[in-house]
Amino acid sequence: MAWVIFFILSVLCIGAVVGMIVTRKPAHGALFLVLAFAALGGIFGLLDAPFAAAAQVLVYAGAIMVLFLFAIMMFNLREDEPPSGKRLRAVLASALAVILLAELILAGRRALAGFPGDSALSSGRDIARLGRLLFSDYLYAFEITSLLILAALVGALALAGRKEGE
Amino acid sequence: MIPSAAFLALAALLFVLGIIAFFVKKDLLTQFMAVEVMLNAGNLAFLALAKGFGRADGQMLVLFVITVAAAEAVIGLAIIVLVFRQRKTIRTDDLKDLKG
Amino acid sequence: MSDLFWLIPLVPGASAFILLVFGRRLPRAWVSWQAAGAVFLSLLLSAAAFIGLAGPGAEPQGLTKTLFAWIVSGSFRTAVAFHFDQLAAVMALVVTGVGFLIHVYSVGYMAEDGRYSRYFAFLNLFTFFMLVLVLAPDIVLMFVGWEGVGLCSYLLIGFWFDRPAAAKAGMKAFVVNRIGDAAFILGMLLLLASVGGGSFRTINDAAASGALAPGLATLAAILLFAGATGKSAQIPLYVWLPDAMEGPTPVSALIHAATMVTAGVYMVCRLSWLYAASPAASAAVAWVGAVTAVYAATMALVQNDIKRVLAYSTISQIGYMFIGCGVGAYAAGLFHLVTHAFFKSLLFLAAGSVIHALGGEQDMRRMGGLRKHLPVTYPVFLVGALAISGVPFLSGFFSKDAILTSAFAGGHYVLYGLGLAGAVMTAFYMFRLLFLTFFGPARSPEGAGRHVHESPRVMTVPLVILAAFSALAGFLGLPALFGERVYLFGRFVGWAFAPPSGHVSLSVEAVLMLTATASALLGIGLAFRMYRRSTEIPQRLARRFPALYRLLAGKYYVDEAYDAVVVRPLLRGSGWVYERFDLKVIDRTLDGTAAAARSAGRGLNVLQSGLVRDYALAFLLAAILFLGFLLI
Repeated sequence: MAWVIFFILSVLCIGAVVGMIVTRKPAHGALFLVLAFAALGGIFGLLDAPFAAAAQVLVYAGAIMVLFLFAIMMFNLREDEPPSGKRLRAVLASALAVILLAELILAGRRALAGFPGDSALSSGRDIARLGRLLFSDYLYAFEITSLLILAALVGALALAGRKEGE
Repeated sequence: MIPSAAFLALAALLFVLGIIAFFVKKDLLTQFMAVEVMLNAGNLAFLALAKGFGRADGQMLVLFVITVAAAEAVIGLAIIVLVFRQRKTIRTDDLKDLKG
Repeated sequence: MSDLFWLIPLVPGASAFILLVFGRRLPRAWVSWQAAGAVFLSLLLSAAAFIGLAGPGAEPQGLTKTLFAWIVSGSFRTAVAFHFDQLAAVMALVVTGVGFLIHVYSVGYMAEDGRYSRYFAFLNLFTFFMLVLVLAPDIVLMFVGWEGVGLCSYLLIGFWFDRPAAAKAGMKAFVVNRIGDAAFILGMLLLLASVGGGSFRTINDAAASGALAPGLATLAAILLFAGATGKSAQIPLYVWLPDAMEGPTPVSALIHAATMVTAGVYMVCRLSWLYAASPAASAAVAWVGAVTAVYAATMALVQNDIKRVLAYSTISQIGYMFIGCGVGAYAAGLFHLVTHAFFKSLLFLAAGSVIHALGGEQDMRRMGGLRKHLPVTYPVFLVGALAISGVPFLSGFFSKDAILTSAFAGGHYVLYGLGLAGAVMTAFYMFRLLFLTFFGPARSPEGAGRHVHESPRVMTVPLVILAAFSALAGFLGLPALFGERVYLFGRFVGWAFAPPSGHVSLSVEAVLMLTATASALLGIGLAFRMYRRSTEIPQRLARRFPALYRLLAGKYYVDEAYDAVVVRPLLRGSGWVYERFDLKVIDRTLDGTAAAARSAGRGLNVLQSGLVRDYALAFLLAAILFLGFLLI
């Protein structure tokens, strides 16, 4: 049963990403990504990480991609121009990317070689434990992250806050 | 049980697709979106390994990655807005001040 | 106080440094006092050290002070150290004493020159190097001084460098000296290699004890002497000295009469045991000296420039010193060095006074009748001329006599004959100079109405002092004829030398002295007849023997010969090398390297397209390679 869900979700995700690559309209691309991230959220759930799944859907799919859509609308990007003759870079990059894929798979297999075996009960389900971890081992990171968000806020305002001509 | 290997493979595939997307697209914004895809692939890998090793640290990292990605997206978009204001374009091929 | 002797070179050296760096900003009075004062201080220190050596309780070894270790290479070590013994004492006193007087004189002579501080800086620098040369305990440090005085000589000869003749003369001096220096270096290296050390004590001991093979000793001694012919202007490397008269007259007095040119003699005296161990080398020294003495004197007979006469006279007199050294009478040679320093510098400075008085005129054919106008210069000049001619009881008489007697005593009758012939000529040309300059009608173009004035006191007082020394210094070296005890000079320095060979009886010595006196009077008499009484004789002689006259006046065409045989081929050869090698090979390599770098840069420039995507591609490639590296 889990395999079926996994299969559907992954096809959805990959298909959405491919769609984002193929489409020429940026708005469509952004929407495709929303779909992809949502599917990814589901996959996170399959990995016994409900908190991460929730965060993914809420923040990534919900906030970040919306932000992108706002930007697209602001720039009024219409269609991307049809592919010009010079596609050398893209082809080259794709070839290299395939090589990278092979390498990554190889690396992954090596990494997994020393597995104690998938634990039946992952500690991810225990949200309380997660919370405790957050406030003990990862306290510094947590606090600094909040500072980071503040900085990002202020930065964005400072950078793009002013209108032209002022 | 779905083995973690499958998830890792998926993560690898997503990452590579993100790379291809980066090189195919021609404007800053969509290229930025490709970067987001790559980030997510990384998240997926984190979680897969966390499940595989039975530790919760992977999830912590994922949380932070999402947060940071959000902040980064904000700043990045602000910069793109600035570039657009100055150059009236966000096509990367037109932005080659670093030439030579 | 005498153990401060190691400051003797350093005081003028410090003064030179200060003047070189700050000279232009200092007031002239300061420069004069500092420069002369520095040399005077060295003089006092030398005197103090001398008293320390001459007085009772003195160590006959002399004083040594090491300043710091200089070369430490394997088993070869050299230190910068100064050694003060009797020989060094004599030289130091001469250098600082005469040097001081010349510094004072220069204050007057160079008063109107624009580069005043530069002149005194070089003069002090020269004094420094000369004292280093004299106080060096080993041959390497002496060579440093040797080179240094050569450098200063170049700087001072070409002092008025905007005059092409002066600049060329300076270069000629330096290049010719360099040729001698090459021989010197070879000799030095030979000694260092075979003896194992550079200190004079080591070398002399090795030579005296026979540890040094006679063949090697001869070769080294001859090589070193070849170097000395350059520095001391003997055949074949004397050609620079007459040209060096382009420099200021005090320079000619100090460097080219009293000190630098005597460095070669000093070197031979220092290594007296080496030369004593090699009869062949000593013979070479004596014969070169004798031939040069006569050869130069013949050229002095017909020179018309007052300074050139004195220049050839110097070459000739140094020849005498080498005769003395060559026959083993090192003390006699050294004694003549001292007396010559006095009267030759006196003569040069007096000539400078004459030139100064005439506003720059140096040609004797345009002088005459100056006796009335130069009441101080004339008498001192007369004293100097008498001294150099060997008139009895003046210093030159005793020193020249010592040399000739030693030559005779050693059985070198030909050398004695040559020396005697030279003495006649010396007296002749000196008094020719005197008569032409100070007597007779005034032949200067403007006639007697020219404003001729005596030189200021700052110039005439040193002249008088030098005249006094020229007259009286002979009594330091009274020969045995007057009693064994009075040969003060010989007894003082004798410790530093290998013992001389040969002795003569007192009666023979008396005869020789009379002969010398007679030859001097002969020369003076001839000059009197030809230049005072019947002044048409010289012209008649010149017309009777035109070829001979031209040969002498043309300096035996040696300069032209050197030019054709050595200089021009060298210039042509280097021009050829320049075109074939310098331009084609070296320049092309350099330009090629630069061009290669440029094209490489341009090639790599392609990578910098400015496009973000290309840079991202590079990232990707790097990531792949890195990952691959980790996986393998």
